[in-house]
Amino acid sequence: MHPQEIAWYPFIGPCDPCPPITCKTYSTPPHLFMQFQPPNMPQFSPREALFHGTLWPALYSPYESKWGKGR
Amino acid sequence: MWVYEKKLQYPVRVSKCDPRMAKYLLEQYGGADGELSAALRYLNQRYTIPDKVIGLLNDIGTEEFAHLEMIATMIYKLTKDATVEQMDAQGLGEYYVAHDHALFYQNAAGVPWTAAYIQAKGDPIADLYEDIAAEEKARATYQWLIDMTDDVDLQDGLKFLREREIIHSLRFREAVEILKDERDNKKIF
Repeated sequence: MHPQEIAWYPFIGPCDPCPPITCKTYSTPPHLFMQFQPPNMPQFSPREALFHGTLWPALYSPYESKWGKGR
Repeated sequence: MWVYEKKLQYPVRVSKCDPRMAKYLLEQYGGADGELSAALRYLNQRYTIPDKVIGLLNDIGTEEFAHLEMIATMIYKLTKDATVEQMDAQGLGEYYVAHDHALFYQNAAGVPWTAAYIQAKGDPIADLYEDIAAEEKARATYQWLIDMTDDVDLQDGLKFLREREIIHSLRFREAVEILKDERDNKKIF
């Protein structure tokens, strides 16, 4: 399973004006690792597929808000 | 080609956590009279200007890129540690939805940079007069930016940049004088 997010740790200068955000992240959604969608992948039920926005669990990409998390 | 020195032309110190100031500094980053406009204007005009003043446009255009780096550093330092809530509270919500914490060539009001900001008329006097006007407008912008912050360290960097605009303006005026000068011409009546 590939990660949906990758963290990195930017340089923190000794004279930066604001309290540092030491860990930054960027999205690596599933299609990034799927050059061509293979046939016959497992599927959600129609109801679950509607809620997830996709028929295939392997392509489902959750995203959590950064609001209020110090990021 | 250019030879890059991995340091700023003048040290950039930012001591006050004030992300709102980053928004205002964008005016000198991607604004009409900003450093990007200046650098591209001079380095483009130099091809068709009389060869006595090509070197001047080359040198000043290059220095403008050094100034662009200083402005970028100021904006980056002011925004890189701002949370989403802080970006929103400091007037950078619209900026965040388009660019996250990335730098972008736009002015303080969010208008993206356009080549319409610069001109190359091909007439040396017209081009140099535009350059002089650009330097004076950039000087004024720096004044208003200095007015907008009480961070003396940030003001120090901005005051350096304002001073350079004054010198550049004078050099362009001298270039006009050089092009006006007919001392070297052999006149046969």
